[in-house]
Amino acid sequence: MTIVNFTPFSALLGGALIGLAAAQMWWLLGRIAGVSNILGQVFGSGEGESSWRLAFIAGLVLAGLGAKLLVPDAVHFSLPGGYGQLIVAGLLVGFGTQLGGGCTSGHGVCGMSRLSPRSIVATLVFMAAGALAVLGLRVAGAL
Amino acid sequence: MRRPIAAFLAGLLFGVGLIVAQMTNPSKVIGFLDVTGNWDPSLAFVMVGAIGVYGLAYWLSRARHARPFLADGFELPRRRQIDRSLVLGALIFGAGWGLSGFCPGPALTSAGFGEPRVWVFVAAMLAGMLIYRLRGGAARAAATSE
Repeated sequence: MTIVNFTPFSALLGGALIGLAAAQMWWLLGRIAGVSNILGQVFGSGEGESSWRLAFIAGLVLAGLGAKLLVPDAVHFSLPGGYGQLIVAGLLVGFGTQLGGGCTSGHGVCGMSRLSPRSIVATLVFMAAGALAVLGLRVAGAL
Repeated sequence: MRRPIAAFLAGLLFGVGLIVAQMTNPSKVIGFLDVTGNWDPSLAFVMVGAIGVYGLAYWLSRARHARPFLADGFELPRRRQIDRSLVLGALIFGAGWGLSGFCPGPALTSAGFGEPRVWVFVAAMLAGMLIYRLRGGAARAAATSE
């Protein structure tokens, strides 16, 4: 193992901003900022419950669009997968997050912060599965 | 109207945090998961930063027996058991995360960058969620959401 591309300060700062946004959702709306569940429950959750979810998702997307338009040099983006790989991965992420009740934000940040045993287990499992998938890519020569 | 505005601003800030942290850079995420190869430990610091700030906010609300400013009460998942769906779901999600370098939040923010492959990923992710719903998982999802 070699350590490469290490950016601890921007990672810590970005993480703190993510935590601040999650804190805002908690203190203002009393909700967990778990993206997969907010997205999965956008439709069919009643009028007053759909609009804040849609608004949160719009904010996420507009942050990307705004950054790309206003500060393109600050946007680091490199996506190695081709269409087929991304379609399979997308299906797995969509299905898996709903079955497991959360993703990196809901389990990894919010649940871990609450010391929820379910979220701690889920986070350890999806990190291990992710590492195994990347090891698979490496073995297959895709990295 | 105040709740959607608050949620929109939180989404915007969340997305900015993802970009600053480079969670929206799939190669960087794959580098973090590449523990046996060329490992980039940066994203562990994203977790530290996020949990540090959110953990403080959460436990402060508990200590003060507070109420949210724009809602009647805090909502937490009711499920407590560590069951098969939790572990299986995390396994499936983790496999897709490693394969693409995308988890749901960063995928949505990256969709704003204008790269068609991201839109295809997001469409597949929504299809995966829909497949879960169609097999009767809606009630369970509502009960287990984090």
